[in-house]
Amino acid sequence: MTQHAVEVNSKHVPKYETEEDLPEAPIATVSSEVIHTASWRTFRPVINLTLCTKCNVCWKFCPDDAIEFDVEGYPVIRLDYCKGCAICAEECKPKAIAMVKEE
Amino acid sequence: MAELVISGNYAQSYAAKLARVQVVSAYPITPQTSIVEKIAEFVASGELPAQYIKVESEHSAMQACISASALGARTYTATSSQGLLLMHELLHWASGARTPVVMGVVNRAVAPPWSIWTDHADTMSQRDTGWITFYGESNQEVLDTTLLAFRLAEHPNVRLPAMVTEDAFYLSHTVEPVDIPSQEQVDEFLPPRDLAFTLQPGVAMRLGSFTGPDMYMEFRYKIAKAMERSRKVFLEIEEDYRRITGRIHGGLLPTYRTEDADTVLVTMGTATTTAKGVVDALRAAGKKVGLAKLRAFRPFPVSELRDLAAHVDRIGVLDRSFTFGAAGAAFTEIAGALYPTDHRPVLRDFVAGLGGRDITPATIEGVFEELSADKGPEVAWTDLKSRREVA
Repeated sequence: MTQHAVEVNSKHVPKYETEEDLPEAPIATVSSEVIHTASWRTFRPVINLTLCTKCNVCWKFCPDDAIEFDVEGYPVIRLDYCKGCAICAEECKPKAIAMVKEE
Repeated sequence: MAELVISGNYAQSYAAKLARVQVVSAYPITPQTSIVEKIAEFVASGELPAQYIKVESEHSAMQACISASALGARTYTATSSQGLLLMHELLHWASGARTPVVMGVVNRAVAPPWSIWTDHADTMSQRDTGWITFYGESNQEVLDTTLLAFRLAEHPNVRLPAMVTEDAFYLSHTVEPVDIPSQEQVDEFLPPRDLAFTLQPGVAMRLGSFTGPDMYMEFRYKIAKAMERSRKVFLEIEEDYRRITGRIHGGLLPTYRTEDADTVLVTMGTATTTAKGVVDALRAAGKKVGLAKLRAFRPFPVSELRDLAAHVDRIGVLDRSFTFGAAGAAFTEIAGALYPTDHRPVLRDFVAGLGGRDITPATIEGVFEELSADKGPEVAWTDLKSRREVA
């Protein structure tokens, strides 16, 4: 559901094996979505939808664009990218986001 | 072509205008300020249709140039001394991102103690940043080399940033007659940038994002190769510049009266002109002396130095900066370049002219005298005021 202002090609990831395969400048032609960056998360945000007012403040403050919305407009954490920084939980006015320790 | 009597700083400004730079971003610092002031006048009067981005620091100025360059713009900035040091992080960024930013630098001492005068410590501190680096001897050479720098930096086989440096006040604020090439000549020499490896609106691309140990080294190797290729490209484009303007300044290591010389002094920047006069005087007295000018410090003219060293007995290096705990930067580089050769001449370092102290004809005569007599330490602080024997 995330809206992209630009065309994103996440399907075709070029394979680089040697220096000769690389572009001259360190330019990537695929979106950074192919790189999952959440492996070091210790606490996971869990949203209590009965408290959520769909105000979007969590999405606005997320420094990693790791929140999208479902068809009803509720926030959904993209767990492949969320690093567990808890800024969303801190900013959430109705305190609808709890940080739960990862197993 | 027109002749103007202008400072080295204005030579930079006119070169940027003739290059039709599209984005300029800069922050003022003595003695650089008049370079970007003149460019601001060109922009304000409409003579130069460029974006002039005012920023709060040199760090931001370089970042603005890198970003504009990444989008395909021809960009220019200028700075000096502390301002250049503040840019240091972004200098690595410019070369790593392969953005051909061109920058004018007025060589000035670094503080403390505070100083605004000529010294090469500011630019020598940038020698590992992946920038092509030139040292200018005259205002004419500064203008011509700046135009060469744009073409070299943007060349498809190079794509690296380039800086053209000039000595504070000796060039920056001293006026000399300078031939200004016509816009038609410069347009013939310097076509618009090609847009390979630039970011395009509407296309998802990332520049310089995270790269793991699997491929980082290979990107560095590409920079190393590009810098090596720049040697040949520079000689080719300088020949093309000669075809169009009739002027050439002699490659990466121009030499002066070295044909049958047994003793050669290596100089950088404005001290070269003084040293040429001394070489003429010593030649008139029958001494077989000559001179070589490190016009380029990056790429370092290794093969040119080896060719020169093959037929001389002694090489003295005039260093206008010092690497504490080692020696002058030019000296150590030359020593490194000559070690793998069969014929290694005597090599001596003469640290001189720091913080704007004049390097006079008498200074250079003393250097040649010490060098020819094979006396004195390997690294000497020339003209040092000391009651002790200087070692």
